[in-house]
Amino acid sequence: MKINVIGHRKIFLIIALALIVLSLVSIAVFRFRLGVDFAGGTVWDVSVPSATPLGVKNALEQAGAKNPVVAYDQITKSYSITLPQISEDERSSYLDALKGKFGSGVVSEDFWSLSPSVSASLESRAIVAVILVLAGISLFVAYAFRRVSRPVSSWKYGFITLLTLLHDVVIPAGVYAALGHFFGLTADSNFIIAILVIMGFSVHDTIVVFDRTRENLGKAKGKIDLPEIVNESVNETMHRSINTSLSLALVLLALYFWGPGSLKFFALTLLIGIVAGTYSSIFVASPLLVLSNKETGKK
Amino acid sequence: MKSFQSNLIILLLILMLGVLGAFFVYPQGLGAKILPWHLGLDVAGGTTLVYRVDLSQVSPSDYNSVMSGLQNVIERRINLYGVTEPNVSIASQNGQYELLVELPGIQNLKQAVDQIGATPVLDFRLAETNSTSTSATSTYTYVQTGITGRYITGASLNFDQFNRPVVDFQLDPQGSTIFQNLTSQNVSKPLCVFVDGNLVFPNNPAGSCPIINEAISGGQAQISGNGITQTVAEELVSRFNAGALSAPITLVNQKTVSASAAADSLRNILLAGLIGTGLVLLFMLLYYRLFGLFADLALIIYIVFSLSVFKLMPMFTMTLSGIAGFILSIGMAVDANILIFERTKEEIKKGLQRGMAIEEGFKRAWPSIRDSNTSTIITSFILYAFTSEFVRGFAFTLGIGVLISMFSAIFVTRTILKVFLRQ
Repeated sequence: MKINVIGHRKIFLIIALALIVLSLVSIAVFRFRLGVDFAGGTVWDVSVPSATPLGVKNALEQAGAKNPVVAYDQITKSYSITLPQISEDERSSYLDALKGKFGSGVVSEDFWSLSPSVSASLESRAIVAVILVLAGISLFVAYAFRRVSRPVSSWKYGFITLLTLLHDVVIPAGVYAALGHFFGLTADSNFIIAILVIMGFSVHDTIVVFDRTRENLGKAKGKIDLPEIVNESVNETMHRSINTSLSLALVLLALYFWGPGSLKFFALTLLIGIVAGTYSSIFVASPLLVLSNKETGKK
Repeated sequence: MKSFQSNLIILLLILMLGVLGAFFVYPQGLGAKILPWHLGLDVAGGTTLVYRVDLSQVSPSDYNSVMSGLQNVIERRINLYGVTEPNVSIASQNGQYELLVELPGIQNLKQAVDQIGATPVLDFRLAETNSTSTSATSTYTYVQTGITGRYITGASLNFDQFNRPVVDFQLDPQGSTIFQNLTSQNVSKPLCVFVDGNLVFPNNPAGSCPIINEAISGGQAQISGNGITQTVAEELVSRFNAGALSAPITLVNQKTVSASAAADSLRNILLAGLIGTGLVLLFMLLYYRLFGLFADLALIIYIVFSLSVFKLMPMFTMTLSGIAGFILSIGMAVDANILIFERTKEEIKKGLQRGMAIEEGFKRAWPSIRDSNTSTIITSFILYAFTSEFVRGFAFTLGIGVLISMFSAIFVTRTILKVFLRQ
């Protein structure tokens, strides 16, 4: 079975473009709400038998808590309380207040309180990490395509690889922004890690396809039919692309369905990125390669 | 046939190491006896406290000594409180110093936090008789001496030859000098111990404060006398050992994972890891048949080897994110085998005989394997070097995992193929 990727390139590119636009709209509309690790403050899980979020909120306010946000967490079956940074003394006094109102069945579960100064430095370190990974991967791409090739010049391979990287990162980010809006997800360290891992994966998937294209172009004798050779190369590496993504997708699906609640959306973000990465390495990168050569050829 | 024999020996060695490794990494039984897994608090339950240290009053050359002093004091305070296996470590980033305190399984967190954060100022003061006073009960003025808790390196309760309790304590070199000057100038005066500005034993200073008998040099001092009862001595030793903090600290990050949530997380991620691995093994077997079986064997060996490497690393702690990173690396590990097998299939299609095709497959797939792993290693390295403590576990297991998988997918698979598919 052979798929005519290049022949139908318009459809594939339009799908990719539509997904990118949709994702950008999603990011612009829903925005990212920063997690505790980047915004500072407190998240506190408390199991409170026979209570309502409003009841818990009122009890906390009576105890002196400032602007508590209380939500019932289905996964952990406890109340998730968001507060500004509080001290251990405040935590135990709030806990006593809850116990006083709802009985001794109240149990303090997970608790995380982070000062804004730490979250600010975590945020700046995350930004540095993202910039460095982008720089490192760009350098790596430049290195991977350092040899001059014909008839497509080397820098085009590199540039297209980075374009597909953008595609692979924007789509999961857009989905995450929408999920954040509807499920109260926050953009935290896990989200940044997922995006960075997707970057690494996306790039090598594209590199493997382009490596084959260059190998086949080098072997071609006489007149070069670029679309034909590119299509041949994509088809040759397609099994590998799909199988590699599939094996990674299998462990991610296992993490999503059976893994701990705290990693569910991490696994989902990665999964979306991996699928987007596979799509772009097969249906976006090579069509763009043919397209870029056509346009410069006309000039 | 010689190469077959040597390959067979190598394969048997790998399998033997694999079996030994499997026993070693299995969390129960023999492996746990030799070297138990060190689990992070997110999968074992407990509280992590991060204190930011204000070193603005300390000269940069003293940073290290002040930090290790702080670490000692906090360790001693936690030990007084009786937490099992506490861990206090120093972290510094961009010139900002932090103390990381890990308290597994703690019952009363409030007390522990109060205990750690307490900043008792312990110092010695000279009691001078107020000569103008004429009343029967003489009053005293206390003169600060500059000897504070930060100079005390340790104290212990002992008994003299008459079986009376005495307190022995040691001072650091700087403290010793000050103490020597002080004692040589003030022989036979009472020297009192103050904590937070309060006299530890607010009796008549002449009775309860130790009297300086002679000049004390060398930093070894002993407190003895009538006022020093067993209770007084014990109190003094604990005060001396709890020490004073040599720089102010602020709690900036407090994270508690309840024991039940931690146990759930651990159980779920191990289950997910097992199911994920099972799915990958099944997929490889169904898609690549015999080759898939060999790749599966290599994958299992990969899992055992890398877990052994993690366990053998000194100071390695397995966290939730670390396990997640490793599970991810399992999904990526078969990539090298997929590249090789796909290439081999193509070469067979082109008419090459199987043995040759396998050789070609390995040779031609190598640049792709190298490139594809390089980008993941770059990401892992940057994540490890530039992010927070909580992300490091993930970056470490993913990066090391990918490195080891290159070895297992190429070397181990090749050896297996050479033994089983000789022509």
